[in-house]
Amino acid sequence: MSLTADTRAETPRATLLAGDDDTLILNGASVALDARDGERLSDALRRLGALDVKVGCNAGDCGACTVLLDGDPVCACLVGATQADGRTVTTLTGLLGDPAVQRLADAFHRLNAAQCGICTPGMMVSAAALLARTKTPTEAEVKDALGGVLCRCTGYRAIIDAVMGALRPSPAEDSVGAAVPRIDGRAKVTGAERFGDDVAPAGALALRVVRSPFARAAVTLGELAAFAATTPGVTTVLTAADIPGANRFGVIPAFADQPVFAAGETRHRGEAVAAIVGEADAIAALDLSAVPIAFTALPAAMTPEEAADAPPLHEGRPGNLMCEGRVVRGDAAAALARAAVTATGRFRSPFVEHAYIEPEAGYAALVDGTLEVHASTQAPIMDRDSLAEILDLAPDKVRIVPTACGGGFGSKLDLSIQPFLALAALVTGRPVRAAYSRAESMQSTTKRHPSDITLTVGATADGTLCGFDFAGTFDTGAYASWGPTVANRVPVHASGPYSIADYRATSRAVHTNNPPAGAFRGFGVPQSAIAQEVLFDDLALALGMDRLAFRRRNALTNGAPTVCGQVFAQGVGIGACLDALAPHWARATAEAEAAQAGTVKRGVGIAAGWYGCGNTSMPNPSTIRAGVRADGTIVLHQGAVDIGQGSNTVIAQIFATTLGVPLAAVEIVGPDTAVTPDAGKTSASRQTFVSGNAARLTALTLRAAILRLANAGEDAVIDTADGLAVVDQGRRQVVDLSGRLGDYALEAAETYDPPTAPLDENGQGAPYAVYGYAAHMVELTVDTELGTVRLLKVTAAHDVGRAINPVLVEGQIAGGIAQGAGMALMEEYIPGRTENLHDYLIPTIGDIPPIQSLIVEEADAHGPFGAKGLGEHALIPTAPAILGAIRHATGARLTEVPATPARVLAAISPAAKATP
Amino acid sequence: MATLRPVTIDDALAALAAGPGKLLAGGTDVYAAAGPRLAGPVVDLSRVAGLSTIEAGADGWRIGAGVTWSALRAAPLPSAFDALKAAAAEVGSVQIQNRATLAGNLCNASPAADGVPALLALNAAVEVAAAGRRRRLPLADFILGPRRTALQPGEMVTAILVPPQPEGAAAVFHKLGARHYLVISIAMVAVMLAAEGGRITDARIAVGACSPVAMRLAGLEAKLVGAPLELAAACAEADDLVPLSPIDDVRATASYRREAALVLVRRALAEAAGRLAP
Repeated sequence: MSLTADTRAETPRATLLAGDDDTLILNGASVALDARDGERLSDALRRLGALDVKVGCNAGDCGACTVLLDGDPVCACLVGATQADGRTVTTLTGLLGDPAVQRLADAFHRLNAAQCGICTPGMMVSAAALLARTKTPTEAEVKDALGGVLCRCTGYRAIIDAVMGALRPSPAEDSVGAAVPRIDGRAKVTGAERFGDDVAPAGALALRVVRSPFARAAVTLGELAAFAATTPGVTTVLTAADIPGANRFGVIPAFADQPVFAAGETRHRGEAVAAIVGEADAIAALDLSAVPIAFTALPAAMTPEEAADAPPLHEGRPGNLMCEGRVVRGDAAAALARAAVTATGRFRSPFVEHAYIEPEAGYAALVDGTLEVHASTQAPIMDRDSLAEILDLAPDKVRIVPTACGGGFGSKLDLSIQPFLALAALVTGRPVRAAYSRAESMQSTTKRHPSDITLTVGATADGTLCGFDFAGTFDTGAYASWGPTVANRVPVHASGPYSIADYRATSRAVHTNNPPAGAFRGFGVPQSAIAQEVLFDDLALALGMDRLAFRRRNALTNGAPTVCGQVFAQGVGIGACLDALAPHWARATAEAEAAQAGTVKRGVGIAAGWYGCGNTSMPNPSTIRAGVRADGTIVLHQGAVDIGQGSNTVIAQIFATTLGVPLAAVEIVGPDTAVTPDAGKTSASRQTFVSGNAARLTALTLRAAILRLANAGEDAVIDTADGLAVVDQGRRQVVDLSGRLGDYALEAAETYDPPTAPLDENGQGAPYAVYGYAAHMVELTVDTELGTVRLLKVTAAHDVGRAINPVLVEGQIAGGIAQGAGMALMEEYIPGRTENLHDYLIPTIGDIPPIQSLIVEEADAHGPFGAKGLGEHALIPTAPAILGAIRHATGARLTEVPATPARVLAAISPAAKATP
Repeated sequence: MATLRPVTIDDALAALAAGPGKLLAGGTDVYAAAGPRLAGPVVDLSRVAGLSTIEAGADGWRIGAGVTWSALRAAPLPSAFDALKAAAAEVGSVQIQNRATLAGNLCNASPAADGVPALLALNAAVEVAAAGRRRRLPLADFILGPRRTALQPGEMVTAILVPPQPEGAAAVFHKLGARHYLVISIAMVAVMLAAEGGRITDARIAVGACSPVAMRLAGLEAKLVGAPLELAAACAEADDLVPLSPIDDVRATASYRREAALVLVRRALAEAAGRLAP
């Protein structure tokens, strides 16, 4: 008896070689496959034009390449192209005609279920397969169907809601405060968005990088010219010797120390030593081990402890100490001596990988004497200036055209693939493309700094903080990257959003032979927040105080100095955040107390965070440009890179509302160093605040110019319904823009730079014009026999000053929480061991619980419409709140993340386990 | 060298006899380990007729080497297969389950292979063929160690053979990982119990990811036979897990694995016994 249909039974054919006559039905049309030897179906589909098939890992770990093969979802990266011969393949594009998928696309768009958009096609194809089976799936069915697709931006909850058919009506207004669906969102839900690997011209050469297999290695280059000459399809091999300018770059000029290609010796595993350039097929098929380059392992320093006694990685940095940071106020030692209770601990965290689903990718080409680089980035002007130095070109001979960015989170602030592409295009004179493999993305790009923190805090008997003494060592890896920023930010922020009179915080960033640690959502603050918040729980417990009440009592207020001595007269919103959580806290703690029977224990945790928006005590300007064409079209040149967080929409909303026109009347020209001014880097939670302010100022100037031209008063209304007109006191007047020269009849460009003041040798000053504030409450259960943690709910209060766009605010909060949960529970990057997305775990759709956002709007005088930054804040309190909840549930006091099942179980005392 | 795409088993075996070739079926392990392109030579088995069926007969079940986890989940099989079906639902993701084959899971020989504990508990055997010959091996003799099987050059797996199972058996699978979905096991357990009159008549317990190859706990099984169902979980003691040899790795420590495996065994026994309780 046969129990299954043999789906593969077919007319017998003779044993075949992979043939030229293979065809498949792709989105309804018969297409010749023309498969290459060993080609993956994902690559074949993209070669055939199906660029909505995204490649994130080539290992079935991320699901971005999900397509339907004869109707069933599969990872196209794990299917041989020739295995699709005679079969039907459907990508998102082929599903869009289905009304159910159109509804799904609409729901994804309106609910902000697509942020960066790189995982969206895989998500939607998986969801479409589910919806074809059942129109009304349960949450469990949605999770089972989408569990194979990773998303790093959204925190998944919006995706679940969208698939379950939730609808969010479009708001009637599109001005500031309205939950407008992102204005560039439609392309993300149709697969039309173009990311770094989607834009290279046909026929571009391709490039792959040869990397060190050892943390520290001596490199011997063989006969590379002969290799290139004798290997079919290989055009050239590039090394350090080919770099016309400086073989050195870095995001902070004073610390620039990273070579494009290591020369002589490598400093970390995965460091580049050469790039092989050639015809795309030959490069894809190339066995890199055949390249005549020899590596000899050398002794390496893998921890800050080992590095202290190791030879310096860089001249002028003895002991491998890159830099230090320090903030001192009052007398911490004396305060701790008189405190009624003190708590102390040593806290450690590992490398954390950004794990955006889009690996670094792009292409470069010489166009009319200008070198163009089209790639995924967070910092186009910095890319341009660094490439100019590397290539010995004038900055205006380098043009950066950012593609859509499939997730950045800080790592795409640094150069990665761009120098290789740019150099190859310069040397060959042809367009050159490349995309990192997941392994090389993980090996070679920046990570969150591992931390080793010792902290002692004290409190008086009434629960007032009394002394705070913090010392942190951060493994900054082989190169400086943003290590100085981490070293500076941590002492400024380590207090959390609390009043502490007697404070001492020092930090050290130490080089090792690990991958460079750089910027990752929070710049070291998530690490320090763990130490601070765990010890605050210690103090509350020691004093018998409620954990929320202890924090509320010590929360920073208007008029009280920060640990840097900065006094904000207004805008300090942490008290309001904690107050917003209070009723939820009462409910959650009562429910946890009532649910303590059995081996699965329930707990609640709370933690707060703050984050200064923009650069620390340094100039940090954004410029926004706008114009009106002769036909009345309003154009906004918006150079802030939208990496999924929504700055395209937020900045346009600020601009349109200030100008007094509908959002839909504004045409956007995005980041492009040739046509759009510098809106700074997308980092430090600065785009809404800094570029938003620049957009507001630009709109004010442009509005004044329009009204002046119409001789209209300040209260006049700009009418864009038909050309450009002004309505003043009931009189409609078309604005005459004829006869004006240039691209724009009217033009404005304004710059905003937040007011800050330098920090003195004790870190006293005004590092930021504004901070944002947050407090998270986590409810979870712990299986006390296995140490496994299940998140039940996160309630997140965020003071954003003013929610320019509430749906985007909620998206940032949910995404930050998901990354915080990953950091707390599962993420640990180990060079050489977790260089893929199955050994390096990030949360899946099954790991993120319902999230309730409580938006607090304590307007800030500096913010546009009162708005503050949010991007980093959303991640900072999550991990400590999780640790607090685990402790509440089990008594296990964890001081090291990730809190894996093994660590949690080891921390649960035998007595706690035995409790019935 | 191009990919060979045989459509009969004889052609496939002839291709293998002619020279070494990487066997490709669902591709979920083969492509996951490949560079940008899969380097040849490759023998693609996915078109071989007759490999993708599950057949039931007097001497048990024959699961063709091309049967995917999704096909197994959908097949009407008796309750003794419930653990295997539960394992099928936890292999990677739906995308993986739609492509990956049970036979490939055995050939990949990962210590954390999701399918092995449940197949061990089913007393499964592996049918292996080469040009002109066939043999069958107990599963425990097929997987020799991490990434090592008894397959000789020129051989391929043609089927997994499952002997007749006790009527009404209860079979349970528990997988422990650090996240939901797409996760490699820290430890996993498959249990099959059969009972009559409230007493256990057949007990099979296999633990995965706690030794180089998943293994049965023969000592515990012997203790369980004859025991009353309500004492099934209590029968399992730490000493019963001594044959395991877990290691420290990025997922967990050895001592944690040992402790967790005992918890999983007890819970699986309790659940299986609960299903059999009158």
